[in-house]
Amino acid sequence: MPEPDNRHVVTLEINGTRKTVAVEARKLLVHLIREDLGLTGTHVGCDTSQCGACTVEIDGLAIKSCTVLAVMADGASITTIEGLTDIGAELSPVQAAFHEHHALQCGFCTPGMVMSVRQLLRDQPNPSEHDIRHGLAGNICRCTGYHNIVRAIESLASKGDQP
Amino acid sequence: MIPAAFDYVRASSLAQAIDLLRDDPDGTKLLAGGHTLLPALKLRLASPELLVDISGIAELKGIEISETGIRIGALATHAELFASEPLYRELPVFRQAASLIADPQVRNRGTIGGSLANADPAADWPAVAVALQAEIEIVGPNGLRRVATRDFFIDIFSTVLEPDEILASVHIPRPRTGMHFIYRKIRHPASGFAVVGIAVGVRLQEGAVDEISIGVTGAANHAFAGQRASDFLIGKTLSQDNIEQAAQLLSETTECLSDRYASAEYRANLIRIETRRALFALAS
Amino acid sequence: MNDTTAIRLIGQPLKRQEDFKFLAGKGRYVDDVRLPGMLHMAVLRSPHAHAKIRNVDLSAAKVAPGVRLVLSGKALAGKIGPIVPNWVIPGSKVPFRPVVATDCVRFVGECVALVVAETLAEAYDAVGRIEVEYDVLPAVIDEEVAIREGAPQLHDNVPGNITTIYKVRGGDYQNAARAADHVIGLRVVNNRLIPTCMETRAIVASPEPDGTLTVYIGSQVPHMHRRWIAETVGIPEHQLRVVAPDIGGGFGAKMHLYPEDLLCPYLARELDAPVKWWESRSESHQSTSHGRAHTENIEVAFRNDGKILGLKVETLGNVGAYLSNMASGGPTVNTVNFGTGTYKIDDYEAISRVVVTNTVPVDAYRGYGRPEGAYIAERAIDAVARHLKLDQVDVRRKNFVQPAEFPYRPYGSTGVMYDSGNYQGLLDKALAAFDYEGRRSECQALRGSGIYRGIGVAAYTHMCGMAPSRRLAMSGFDRGGWESARVSIDSSGRATIYSGSMSQGQGHITSLSQIAADVLQIPIEDIDIVQGDTRQVQAGHGTFNSRSMAVGGSSVHVSSQRIVAKAKKIAAGMLEVDEKDVSYSAGAFSVPGTDIAPVTFPKVARMAYVGHKLPDGVAPGLDETVFYDPTGMGSPSGVHLAYVEVDPETGIVDILDYVAVDDVGTLINPRLAAGQIHGGVVQGIAQALYEEVSYDPDNGQLLTGSLLDYAVPRAEHVPNIRSLFQQTASPTNPIGVKGIGESGSIAAPPCMVHAVLDALSPFGIKHLDMPLTPPRVWAAVQQARMGAAQ
Ligand SMILES: Cc1cc2nc3c(=O)[nH]c(=O)nc-3n(C[C@H](O)[C@H](O)[C@H](O)COP(=O)(O)OP(=O)(O)OC[C@H]3O[C@@H](n4cnc5c(N)ncnc54)[C@H](O)[C@@H]3O)c2cc1C
Ligand code: FES
Ligand code: FES
Repeated sequence: MPEPDNRHVVTLEINGTRKTVAVEARKLLVHLIREDLGLTGTHVGCDTSQCGACTVEIDGLAIKSCTVLAVMADGASITTIEGLTDIGAELSPVQAAFHEHHALQCGFCTPGMVMSVRQLLRDQPNPSEHDIRHGLAGNICRCTGYHNIVRAIESLASKGDQP
Repeated sequence: MIPAAFDYVRASSLAQAIDLLRDDPDGTKLLAGGHTLLPALKLRLASPELLVDISGIAELKGIEISETGIRIGALATHAELFASEPLYRELPVFRQAASLIADPQVRNRGTIGGSLANADPAADWPAVAVALQAEIEIVGPNGLRRVATRDFFIDIFSTVLEPDEILASVHIPRPRTGMHFIYRKIRHPASGFAVVGIAVGVRLQEGAVDEISIGVTGAANHAFAGQRASDFLIGKTLSQDNIEQAAQLLSETTECLSDRYASAEYRANLIRIETRRALFALAS
Repeated sequence: MNDTTAIRLIGQPLKRQEDFKFLAGKGRYVDDVRLPGMLHMAVLRSPHAHAKIRNVDLSAAKVAPGVRLVLSGKALAGKIGPIVPNWVIPGSKVPFRPVVATDCVRFVGECVALVVAETLAEAYDAVGRIEVEYDVLPAVIDEEVAIREGAPQLHDNVPGNITTIYKVRGGDYQNAARAADHVIGLRVVNNRLIPTCMETRAIVASPEPDGTLTVYIGSQVPHMHRRWIAETVGIPEHQLRVVAPDIGGGFGAKMHLYPEDLLCPYLARELDAPVKWWESRSESHQSTSHGRAHTENIEVAFRNDGKILGLKVETLGNVGAYLSNMASGGPTVNTVNFGTGTYKIDDYEAISRVVVTNTVPVDAYRGYGRPEGAYIAERAIDAVARHLKLDQVDVRRKNFVQPAEFPYRPYGSTGVMYDSGNYQGLLDKALAAFDYEGRRSECQALRGSGIYRGIGVAAYTHMCGMAPSRRLAMSGFDRGGWESARVSIDSSGRATIYSGSMSQGQGHITSLSQIAADVLQIPIEDIDIVQGDTRQVQAGHGTFNSRSMAVGGSSVHVSSQRIVAKAKKIAAGMLEVDEKDVSYSAGAFSVPGTDIAPVTFPKVARMAYVGHKLPDGVAPGLDETVFYDPTGMGSPSGVHLAYVEVDPETGIVDILDYVAVDDVGTLINPRLAAGQIHGGVVQGIAQALYEEVSYDPDNGQLLTGSLLDYAVPRAEHVPNIRSLFQQTASPTNPIGVKGIGESGSIAAPPCMVHAVLDALSPFGIKHLDMPLTPPRVWAAVQQARMGAAQ
């Protein structure tokens, strides 16, 4: 039986950059992203995989990074909120729509929400209000009451832009 | 929020995974999508010594439709089952049920094999698999075996799987022409799991029920088949009266679970209402 | 000379300046603070609701990998603490609350011991190795049970488990009851809630090389936290710097003093290293304050025509195991003072008892007491309408306080005064937007075909922005009601404003800038706002009680005015004219009616700092600090309407429409104001339909221990919210603004309950307690059907 504190080497691509990190097997992907890679835009809002604050993309799919082990992401390509914009650069369409429609207050849920909305619009480029609300089932926002988040997404429907 | 320490091996074949399981069946856990196991480890409700990640094993992947039937690899994610066009053409209920499981992010990771193996009394696939009369293929040190889904579940979080066995795939007979399935679910507002979920398939011939199959989840210790209600409807029309009676029969099949959120009476009522609604939808 | 306001940003729906960092993932919350050599604290919490601690064995934890320190309550006794409340209603009995339990635990989740280790994982591992022996004692959970004879007692100095008794009286209720045609009673439960900020609590305490201590904490009240931590840990206040970075929601839960707020500073000094504590969500459910948790017994006396003559209220406020920060004030002053709502009820009598139980301490949560108060008034008037089979709108109209009656003192109260309002106006606007008549007939028509729709109405008013300071003293607060703002103009004419308010998502950077821009008449891009650092911001009380715009905004307004006044003096000197001939607008000082070339604000600012040509008696610099203590409190009000459909077969409630018309005085930013309403209403809908903390009544185990069973609503659980406004300026502050943050969560619970009851009226269901979950609604329908069948 291997030592419990055995470290595993994980190599992944994060926002286009290759990184190699040695981690404990039990380390969660979200902690790798926040602690080892210093990308603190991905948040932790719960411990039961419900809130979606930790949502990132693995190989183009939105997932909850609190429910994936860092070791499981070996070889994967990951996009976090920081991958959508560079300082001073323009916001991506989803981010811009959130600003336009006042779809954020405290901002804590926002990065995860934005990552989920990208998935939602990839799956359904022209969602109805019902589709939007159903598609946000994996993300909790306590501030906005969702009203303006739904408006922001509606404004993006079928614009044809890459989310 | 942080699991107790464990070690991790990414298995490259079924044989390797079974060997690792055999070495220490009690201290080892299989890891598929991780969306049941990891939340439990984070809350330290379990503390295995070794996780064997089976998510890279090719033998457990894929969705195949052949003359004889449909094979779904244990690792098929809810999202893959939602998206598969061939599967949708054959059995649209997969897309419909998948869309009611959890949320988009969880669907991108969670697997049908993990869901069935875990046997959560409120999980969705068990009801669907029972209604589809699926067989579950199990691989162990002694080779392969197949078990009908309705015999697969034993109790709460408990199945016929031995500690050194792996659920490899789900096999579904191809539905006869005219057989239509529907899945209805009342979700718990917090967890999103089923308070009650009903999967019903019906084939009508000249107005009468020629084939029928029902799976129920959320209501009892494990998913079960609604046999009495099915037997009752065979050969009958889906008249209002017959539907009401079948729904009533089904709701009386089992002593329902009762918890802080929903009483046994409420669950029994949901079985009745949702069965009725499903049958009405299938009748039209 | 009259100044004109060429720049007028108040009232403009500006987009938020603060958005960009959050959208880019550059927000900085406490959990993002990472310091070299930082250690991690984890807490062992009581698994029992009530028990004697017999022994705590730390030995195995002490030798666990990475562990630096392990302590039980005994080791801390006398060194830090106790935790004392900040608002104590006169006459209250205050239980002793150690920071870490020493010989008795009184709720599941109370701190019993702690570990500091090099990583959080190691700290958790070591906590698992601490062995505690308990003698389990009988626990009491429910407030009605706790005050019964023979109930388990929590504290020696709190006999009968009652810390506080508070009475309010106006007119003569008994007389009203005698004169009335009807007197009906009803018992309502205000369900216990978990505030659930998406960012849980976290704190980092870091010793600095100069001997001071910096504490990073998601605090709604940074300066108050500085005082409380200083006093309770024994650190000179001036050597403590509290930094509140970005905060992921507060809703009242982040304005109290918690054990961890004291432990990290203490341990950081002991270990001479930064110490961090981060609260997991499940931990939060048992360690961060809960909200509401009342039972009220109401009696209402009224005439056949629906006019209410008198109201009598008995409140039991469950405050958990200890008196948390403001706990004695919530069920008392904040609740029963407002029990008559928007209605003219002259004969009023209320008594409130504050009750301790073996549960998580209960304290402020969005609205604190005012939702409970509004629920009393609204459930009462709705019961009257239902009893008399009168229209719910007509009965409200008949009982409303009239516009001419403001300022209005309900039931002749000396403490409560509603400064302004027009409830009829709100109602009319809401009814029109909602199409009340049309939907009334639609409900009637659909009932025939077995579709059960209902309309809910709720009106509310309250007082917020607690002030003036003198008044806070009378009700037992150890704090003032003022707010401070410093406006500092640099030598280029740009402004940095240091505000004592503290945004937790409300958008203060934008709204305070709008206020300042209008007075300073400079572009909003030239204004910066600084909050949440006691080293930078001179003083403050922070953000709670919907006070930031009315009090914090007013202090920005007044200090900006002082800047303009001084700048005008300097400009007069530069223009060589009398100050009173100078007019200021759009960033330029001019002398109307002459051809003297104007001087710009930046030029005046430069002059202020070079000081070359200042009028006699004018000191250099352009920098003003104001401690603004309002003369009174503003009274927001509103009328909300909801349209629902109930499926009697499953009990599922579908919300078809929601209209909110709110009067929050002058609107500073309609976009942000609507955002506050959306969020507040959804929290109110959550209380009405989904959320409830539950405990096992026998052993006090918390049954809603995580987000798996505590149902915070998702997008698909709530409707669009149509938010409209009416603006009746508040006379209590120079901007005319009233608070808005709490409005939605006050109005929505009764509004939703009334809508569901209206839908269920064919079944004769008159009352249901929140949350109206499908199983609960279904059970009520079943019972009604059985009753009807018999
Ligand atoms: C927020 C959230 C919401 C959810 N909502 C729902 C819902 O609404 N309905 C629903 O049905 N489910 C729901 N789930 C559960 C989800 O569908 C899980 O992903 C699924 O049940 C388990 O699949 P997994 O691949 O993640 O399994 P894992 O977590 O990897 O494994 C689960 C268990 O099964 C064992 N196991 C896994 N694969 C195999 C195998 N091939 N052979 C033998 N044993 C195996 C593991 O050892 C483990 O004990 C939810 C989960 C989350 C986190
Ligand atoms: S932190 Fe991942 S879902 Fe909440
Ligand atoms: S903006 Fe605060 S949680 Fe969504």
